[in-house]
Amino acid sequence: MSTLWRVADVVSSTPETETARTIGLRVNGLNGNLAGQHIDIRLTADDGYSAVRSYSVARAGLDETLEITVDELANGEVSPYLVRELAVGDQLEIRGPVGGWFVWKPTDTNPVQLIAGGSGIVPLMSMIRAHHASENPAQFRLLYSLKSPESGFYREELQTLGRDSRKLTIDYVYTRKAPKDWPAAPQRLTAETLLANILLKDPAPDIFICGQTVFVETVGEWLVRAGYPAASIKTERFGGTGGTR
Amino acid sequence: MGIISSGFHGRRQSGNPALPPGQYETGSFPVLTAGPAPRIATDDWEFFITTEAGQRHAWSWAAFMALPQTDIETDIHCVTSWSKLGTSWRGVSLDSLFENVETSCRFTMAHSYGGYTTNVPIEDLLGGRAWVAWEFDGEPLERAHGGPARLLVPHLYFWKSAKWINGIELMREDVPGFWESNGYHLHGDPWREERYS
Repeated sequence: MSTLWRVADVVSSTPETETARTIGLRVNGLNGNLAGQHIDIRLTADDGYSAVRSYSVARAGLDETLEITVDELANGEVSPYLVRELAVGDQLEIRGPVGGWFVWKPTDTNPVQLIAGGSGIVPLMSMIRAHHASENPAQFRLLYSLKSPESGFYREELQTLGRDSRKLTIDYVYTRKAPKDWPAAPQRLTAETLLANILLKDPAPDIFICGQTVFVETVGEWLVRAGYPAASIKTERFGGTGGTR
Repeated sequence: MGIISSGFHGRRQSGNPALPPGQYETGSFPVLTAGPAPRIATDDWEFFITTEAGQRHAWSWAAFMALPQTDIETDIHCVTSWSKLGTSWRGVSLDSLFENVETSCRFTMAHSYGGYTTNVPIEDLLGGRAWVAWEFDGEPLERAHGGPARLLVPHLYFWKSAKWINGIELMREDVPGFWESNGYHLHGDPWREERYS
């Protein structure tokens, strides 16, 4: 059951950016998870004090492994330990995966528009990977809003997928610093840029937005005003709590 | 016993007896919703209660505001592990709204503008434990936090405090609402850590 705490072994640990790390976990008895779900992680100090935070799963497996990507928050309680201290061979406790709303299943047939702000890419990457690994022919499009090229997660994988996949299109918006030769100057995401870089209302896409609260609120508002049905928009937020998520 | 992470020290605020198990205190007021926030003008707003006999009680904004108003000071606990202590609200007690409602149902479904639903047993709504709140911290409730009015059931996890509340449907049987159909607990008592189903 998803409510039990289970021991997870850290089996891999890979830096994504200067402040973010992808952590691979193996959990005895884990029976796969859906793309978009999250897990709770519990850390316990040697005097018994413990803290729990939720993290989105980055890779939805069919087995006993899963991956999360953790971005370090400057004043975070849990994330600095996960990003800076945790090593392969360590153990921690997890609960989940949980969540049945912000998920994509290979049996879903609608086209999908994903909209990520910064580290909000994590659960959306899980959907992209699940979609890529499946026979599902639905069209996927990702709009990834980033501060700078260096702050992007999964850069090589997304570059390869964006180039080779016939069912995935990726658009980037850079808000502070753009790559060399990028056609647009860096600027905050606007409604106009958003609407120019996503699937039209016409194919009636399922829309998943994930990012900081303000990003998610703003983008959701623009989409509704532009006539995308509110019922087609699913949101997930990070940050704003002093913790993650 | 838990696995010990020797390099982890943490912040140690969970010694606070006001915090349910597994919760930490936050000073901010995070927004968590499943989709975009609906926009409802108070002129168009209505609150209803429907009974098993098909009776419908309804209040316009003006009628709702004419009911006895209560100031509420309470802690709130989100299932994503944050708690906010000592929040202040103003609203109408569900006891007032249910005063002339005749029912033998034990369960209810709260319905929100935008389609959100959450199930709450009637005993959790009555006895001075639940309100329809329209003011937070002395200001009209912001739309992002459920304005013009939200359900406030602070002794349960905060997803039960439905934003943009529209009404309450009485039910003979307990039926899962939105999050309750998506992996979350039917009841949601933070002191029993009733987080997930």
